Amino acid sequence: MLREYLPVLLQIIVAIGFAASALLVSIVVGKTGKRTGAKDSAYECGMVPQGEGQSRFSVRFYLVAMLFILFDLEIVFMYPWAVVYKEAIAQSSLVFWSMLSFISILMVGYVYALKKGALDWKK
Amino acid sequence: MNVFFITTSLLKIIGMIFVVILPMVSYAVYAERRVSALIQDRLGPNRVGPAGLFQPIADAAKFLFKEDFTPAQVNKFYYWLAPCLAMVPAITTIAVVPFGSTLLGVPMVIADINVGILYVFAISSLGVYGIVLAGWASNSKYPFLGGVRSSSQMISYELSLGLAVIPVFLLVGNLRLTNVVRYQIENGWMIAPFIGDWANLGKWLLAIPMITSFFVFTIAVFAETNRLPFDLPEAEQELAGGYHTEYSSMKFALFFLGEYAAMITGSAIIVTLFLGGWHLPLPSLHGGFHWLVVDGTAPGWRGVVGGLFNIATFFVKVAALLFMFMWVRWTLPRFRYDQLMRLGWLFFFEIALVNIFIVAGILAYFQF
Amino acid sequence: MSPILFWFFALLMLVFGAAVVVNRNPIASALNLVVSFLGLAALFMSLDAFFIGIIQVLVYAGAVMVLFLFIIMLLDLRAERLRKINWVASAGGVAVALALLVQIFYVIGHLTFSKQTFPPLARSEIDDVHNIGLLLFGNYNLPFQIIGVLVLVATIGAVLLSKRERR
Repeated sequence: MLREYLPVLLQIIVAIGFAASALLVSIVVGKTGKRTGAKDSAYECGMVPQGEGQSRFSVRFYLVAMLFILFDLEIVFMYPWAVVYKEAIAQSSLVFWSMLSFISILMVGYVYALKKGALDWKK
Repeated sequence: MNVFFITTSLLKIIGMIFVVILPMVSYAVYAERRVSALIQDRLGPNRVGPAGLFQPIADAAKFLFKEDFTPAQVNKFYYWLAPCLAMVPAITTIAVVPFGSTLLGVPMVIADINVGILYVFAISSLGVYGIVLAGWASNSKYPFLGGVRSSSQMISYELSLGLAVIPVFLLVGNLRLTNVVRYQIENGWMIAPFIGDWANLGKWLLAIPMITSFFVFTIAVFAETNRLPFDLPEAEQELAGGYHTEYSSMKFALFFLGEYAAMITGSAIIVTLFLGGWHLPLPSLHGGFHWLVVDGTAPGWRGVVGGLFNIATFFVKVAALLFMFMWVRWTLPRFRYDQLMRLGWLFFFEIALVNIFIVAGILAYFQF
Repeated sequence: MSPILFWFFALLMLVFGAAVVVNRNPIASALNLVVSFLGLAALFMSLDAFFIGIIQVLVYAGAVMVLFLFIIMLLDLRAERLRKINWVASAGGVAVALALLVQIFYVIGHLTFSKQTFPPLARSEIDDVHNIGLLLFGNYNLPFQIIGVLVLVATIGAVLLSKRERR
């Protein structure tokens, strides 16, 4: 089975090679122009740049990333479940209730996050 | 055998990247401009070559010969790395998608791995880094905001993407994408599971959640590829150009390529999961009317023609979806950021989750 | 997997793992950790643990590290770069690490069972995702539910910590 993964490795190598060579060709044949102060400054629609380039951003983005990980974990567990489901359901309905209770437990957290306004971007 | 395996793999990879993806990206850009012109009652690019068909070649040459400018304020190494990181995942995800049956006995899929769909999600989730890094390394306000917004949007819709495919695998029972296509040939396409089993009520009921799943997945792919109506990371009116504001020349082209390649890969996966992959039944009248499955197993030239026909079918389906992407882009206005997040986290997330249990329930009740 | 590939991925993992510690720029450290995870995923795959390997990429490299990057950007950790390196402390750290390495070599070298050769790995013909599913929903149903509770606690914690208390 491992043999099937060799083409994946090859494809990644070819893709990286392509990206690198595209940049290289662009450096070699691309024009080199003069550098000026205005050209070198950060683009702010023609105005002189003000303040820092990387401003602080809302804690909500962090919260979204955090919740994403937690729900991503839940989804990861659903793949092995989906794969064995048809086979297991023929024997007993336990597999259905097992996943339903797992998701219900997680949905408590989801409802909590919603009620706390963690996913409300308007406020 | 091993040499043969590696040679055919390399041929498929190089063919896929340089003969299919790259020309398809350039002509998708051209088609996008022509389609938008058509929709807005303009002409679009029509000067370079007949009907402007050589426009992509002119564009490529221009990208190469433009000044490769690196602004002074950027973090040099990561500024150069970001476009590569955005492009490489987009063109490596296609590896597991079966784009045809067989040709001369060689299966038309680059890597037929047993965790197929998870590979697609894993590699495309790495595409976020290119965008975050582009925003961060540019050391400029618009790119930074665009990068943060974009990555947040991508991870939010990854949830719906991951949940929407579960019903497909509940039915197939295997994560390998070639098995998904095989299942659809035998039991009808995923959006129409009742085909071939017309009298079965369960299959008709199944069609409802499967079509819902198809729509959730397709819309999530729109969001994942930053296409309108989800193109907030590049909202020109608010963010100038989003995360690639500070980029020019070939580095910008790589972002562009990554974006369109992601669109092509996304369409290819939609086709594989829901629209039957390379399968297209042909009506046959030999010995009474029946549907004929064409593939590359027939001996001699018939097999070669069959294999080529499957590949053509696959890419025609992909092209049709790409046209739909463009149509939607010029039809719908952009969402506001809070609407986008609410839609992803509340609406699609819940629908996809309930959908899974509907399918599981139908499977438990009807046991097919 | 051929030994060359094993050494390549093992070295990739170790070199980038070391780079995580050595780098002064937290963003660079985070990215190096991603590459290290990719090497680890390849090693998992070489042991036929395809599901675990791909989850390593999907969850760790694709999700957890994105969160790390967000936190680094949020906390604005650029000040770290300007701090001087304390040579005495680094030398002490390297010495402790070396001492540990020597100890491990010594202990393993003196164990009798470490010299035996192992039989080749038994290769399963069934899909490993299928195997995991059968185990998870057969024998390990209760631990699975407990994982659910764990993730629930984590969700509540994350929401609670990032919400400002309103008076």
